[in-house]
Amino acid sequence: MTMSIKVRYFASLRESLGRSEDDLEFMGIATVSDVWRRANAGTPMPDHLLAAVNMEYVSWNSAVNDGDEVAFFPPVTGG
Amino acid sequence: MVAIKIYAERFDPLQEVQAHQNAAGHMAGKFGATNIFIGTMRDFNEGDDVKAMNLEHYPGMTEKQLEKIVAEAQRQWPVLDALVVHRVGYILPNEPIVLVAVWTSHRGDAFDSSRHIMEALKSKAPFWKKEVLTSEDQRWVEKNTDGYKY
Repeated sequence: MTMSIKVRYFASLRESLGRSEDDLEFMGIATVSDVWRRANAGTPMPDHLLAAVNMEYVSWNSAVNDGDEVAFFPPVTGG
Repeated sequence: MVAIKIYAERFDPLQEVQAHQNAAGHMAGKFGATNIFIGTMRDFNEGDDVKAMNLEHYPGMTEKQLEKIVAEAQRQWPVLDALVVHRVGYILPNEPIVLVAVWTSHRGDAFDSSRHIMEALKSKAPFWKKEVLTSEDQRWVEKNTDGYKY
């Protein structure tokens, strides 16, 4: 089955990648790490990067399902 | 009713607190303690003069995380009501960035729960600050300091 995943990037990561989102289409079961590799082949993952699926924090080996929104961003600095 | 608000324009924190309290009929006569924390933008950081800041956020996730943080505080302390307001966009020194107000029956719960909300917001709510220095250089703030170390 083909999965459609929206990938979003924020803050310094968005600037260094030069884009704020990707729409991925691929086959098979995937984890958050797989999403990074498919979207950013050859770009090492920056240190301390955080990940969210559907706006909840997740670990790198969490599963990703069709229609999910996956986000990557640096440590948060609000308040 | 707990309220979470994200503003792209300057806001008046004390007016927000007063308006929220006036509308909160459910706790009339019940609250004995209100703790208010206001975070304001400084004109200095890490030894440099800062003239403005751009505050980015992840719409949707921000509200979701803040709601979870307040709900978590309500499970640990008898919180009658809470209000969290956060600025985004272009912010100047002296402008408020964040407001956390908590209403409880007794002061200990008000202090402790609002501290918890504020510290959790600092580490979990998806906001990012980019400073504009007086030299016109811009830089991302890399991480928040641990509020419990001071």
